[in-house]
Amino acid sequence: MPDKPKIALYWCSSCGGCEESVIDLSEGLLELAERADIVFWPVALDSRLKDLEALDDGEIDLSLINGAIRLREQARMAQLLRRKSKVIFAHGTCAHLGGIVGLGNFHTVQEILERSFRDVPTVRNLGGILPGGSVEGSERGPKLSPLIDKVMALDQVIDVDCFIPGCPPPPELVGKAVWSVLEGKLPEKGFVFGDGKALCHTCPLLESKPEIIRVKRFKRVHETDWDPGKCFLPQGIICLGPATRGGCGSRCIQANMPCRGCFGPLETMEDHGAGMLSFIASMIDADHEDEIRRITASIPDPGGLFYRYSLPHSILGGGKGTET
Amino acid sequence: MHGFEPKIILFLCNWCSYEGADAAGRGGKEFPSRNLREIRVMCSGRVDPRFVLEAFRIGADGVLILGCAPGDCHYKTGNIEALKRIPLLERILQQNGIKNDRIRFDFVSAGDGEKFARVTGEMVKLLKRLGPFDHA
Amino acid sequence: MTRRIVIDPITRLEGHGKIEIRLDSEGQVDRAFFQIPDFKGFEKFCEGRAAEEMPTLTQKICGVCPTAHHIASVKALDALFRVEPTAAAKIIRELMHTAFIYEDHLLHFFYLGGPDLLVGSNDKGFGKNIFGVIGKLGGKIGKKVIEIRKRVRGLNALISGSPLYPVCGLPGGVSKPVSEKERAGIKEIAGDALAFARLCLNIFEEEVLSNREYVDLMHSEAFSLQTYYMGMVDRKNHVSFYDGEVRIVGPDGGLFEQFGAGDYLHHLEERVDTWSYMKTPYLKSIGYHGLCDGKGSGLYRVGPLARLNAAEGMATPLAQQEYERMFDACGGKPVHNTLVYHWARLIEVLFAAERMSEIACHDQLTDPGIRNIPTQTPQEGVGICEAPRGTLIHHYETDENAILKRLNLLVATQNNAGAISLSVEKAARAFIKRGRVSDEILNRIEMAYRAYDPCMACATH
Repeated sequence: MPDKPKIALYWCSSCGGCEESVIDLSEGLLELAERADIVFWPVALDSRLKDLEALDDGEIDLSLINGAIRLREQARMAQLLRRKSKVIFAHGTCAHLGGIVGLGNFHTVQEILERSFRDVPTVRNLGGILPGGSVEGSERGPKLSPLIDKVMALDQVIDVDCFIPGCPPPPELVGKAVWSVLEGKLPEKGFVFGDGKALCHTCPLLESKPEIIRVKRFKRVHETDWDPGKCFLPQGIICLGPATRGGCGSRCIQANMPCRGCFGPLETMEDHGAGMLSFIASMIDADHEDEIRRITASIPDPGGLFYRYSLPHSILGGGKGTET
Repeated sequence: MHGFEPKIILFLCNWCSYEGADAAGRGGKEFPSRNLREIRVMCSGRVDPRFVLEAFRIGADGVLILGCAPGDCHYKTGNIEALKRIPLLERILQQNGIKNDRIRFDFVSAGDGEKFARVTGEMVKLLKRLGPFDHA
Repeated sequence: MTRRIVIDPITRLEGHGKIEIRLDSEGQVDRAFFQIPDFKGFEKFCEGRAAEEMPTLTQKICGVCPTAHHIASVKALDALFRVEPTAAAKIIRELMHTAFIYEDHLLHFFYLGGPDLLVGSNDKGFGKNIFGVIGKLGGKIGKKVIEIRKRVRGLNALISGSPLYPVCGLPGGVSKPVSEKERAGIKEIAGDALAFARLCLNIFEEEVLSNREYVDLMHSEAFSLQTYYMGMVDRKNHVSFYDGEVRIVGPDGGLFEQFGAGDYLHHLEERVDTWSYMKTPYLKSIGYHGLCDGKGSGLYRVGPLARLNAAEGMATPLAQQEYERMFDACGGKPVHNTLVYHWARLIEVLFAAERMSEIACHDQLTDPGIRNIPTQTPQEGVGICEAPRGTLIHHYETDENAILKRLNLLVATQNNAGAISLSVEKAARAFIKRGRVSDEILNRIEMAYRAYDPCMACATH
């Protein structure tokens, strides 16, 4: 009886949502545990670091790593898993593109630490200590892994074979990806699961999306009403579907809310935000600078919206300058 | 900043601003050619936002996009499409820690060597004042 | 030379963590550290974001309890814009939140912490995990757990887009109404959820309360902490998940403080350690006096047992019966033994199911008026709800364009930071004697944190 293939699941700077999407395989998880040997999965099994280290290099057939790289230790874990695994899938948007935690790249590590550990109104920290720092005479606890300068996506730290997009990916997509390996049908290197086309193609509102869209003002969802049976864009509400890979089942659209781009850019887009910027700018119904500026000003936070999931993977990465 | 010579990535559209640059040369207008790295595109509307971001990533101190005057665009509205992107680009650059003065869009007609010289001169002067773009 | 015992990583909880136990020369526990090596910085990088994006941004603090964050966030937006949600919106939000707590508590009991009690040290061949639980209790029960969670999560997908990523929250309302046709389906799911909740308490009776070993542990000093307890209550001081005031009782059970969302800053403070990213909250009026329990210590607890301790009863009849039964069996209120969190959690599962059934019959559930659009200029708002793991506070300050200037988050498990550290150290001291360590002993020590159902991504954010 040949050995069962070995699978590992790990999380770096993660929220646990990708783990939940695996648990949402429901009976599929039991099938998976029958078919494969899950050798390392801290959320569900009592598997320890030393168990992982004890494996031979390349002994794990498939590792799913979710979460971005925010701490030095997470980079080390990614590297360890790379050594121990034949195939690595970046699981979920954080591993794929950097994720929401990547928004931290608009700031320095010092700014981020200071806000949470010194400045928030509930904190009482007269000594101004920060985690990772040391204070004379204070308790010497175990060493704490520091934050790295900039959040990184998984493939900025290790070689990644394929990507499962989504925040988190729908369980069916995770299942499809895992079974592709178990059935010996590993896609080509760099493959991103999901649709090849933009979300619009499978959106239930596609029929009402006009060929040419022009708006005189972008409206924010809290200040306006809209027809949930019609495409958001001509109604002036920014939906990122046109610049976002499909395959999520339009779950946000089904709840009458616009797409926020978690499946990442289309195949041809190097920078997700730039792709969004292009189509949104093309919607502006004006041809004079003043009017264009006025309409643009109705978008409250372009950087935060366009790079919500992909800042670490973007061309400028969030922290390219220090002038503003 | 003393001795600093800004590097500007300059997008010129084939039909108007490239000819405008040519006219400046032919007409003996003074313009800071040593600071300019020209890229000729068929239309200013071809300038994808990611080109601008990439320019800063690789070390440009400024990006200048020159297109046809309104109504003159060879492709009718390509220049307006380019203009529409600028305020958003400025915001994105700003949020990435880059002063939005470092990007500029303007109209330069085919024979307008004078405007070409003036705009490029202004840009260099401004960037000299701002200093080099410090990309971490 | 200090001998160190390290558990790395801790398992069967959400998030990262390490335990380091330091022994003295006699092999007795000198100190145990519960370290969380994870931090993201939401309190900084949400600055500059548009307020209406916050419910979907902040829910990425935790993919296990995104719905709780979504709810706390949208309530903060209601306060920020000073807009009252419509009746239907409140009911829909409460439904999705209650349904979520129902299935999330089940996740803990069957997949995360529960296996410690459901799969004993004598159950060889069954791992302490969901697969072992199914092996031991049987495929039929396993199938039921999986199915009911799937259906309840499916209900939340219908209301909010996805249980993994709810999107329907808006200041003053929600984005999607519930139809009469959907109501029928909700009633059915709620009924089945109720039946399963009762089955869970039977399982707990058979597998845990009838097991001498566990009952002893549930009465043991090793797992007991005499702390303050905090939880949200409704107007009748019954446990409330969605809305109400926050109530704190002392280690003796007497009322200590009670406050509304806007006043939380007067009652809670946090301290920082150098060796962990998890801050330790404590009661402001008492202060922090070290990692210790008792009336003089500002440490307090949240989550199921704390909620039941802090409240004066349950709002639904079957849950109320079980509430009384539990406190009788444990010798009265408040109960200090951490392992009783498992029991309290299942009582909350029952309450959640009963509440879902009530909401399913509520007149206004299918009312089409699901939004009041804000008209006031935003300024500042605090939203509080009970996440499965404890009290959750979102506090936003914006400019007049509803762009976040500053925010503060006090997140569920984080409130238990001090208690968890103390529980782990206390268990380590109780079970490690003269340097003797075994897998079983280490498992006991891990049971000390698992009972809280911790979520460390939440606690550190």
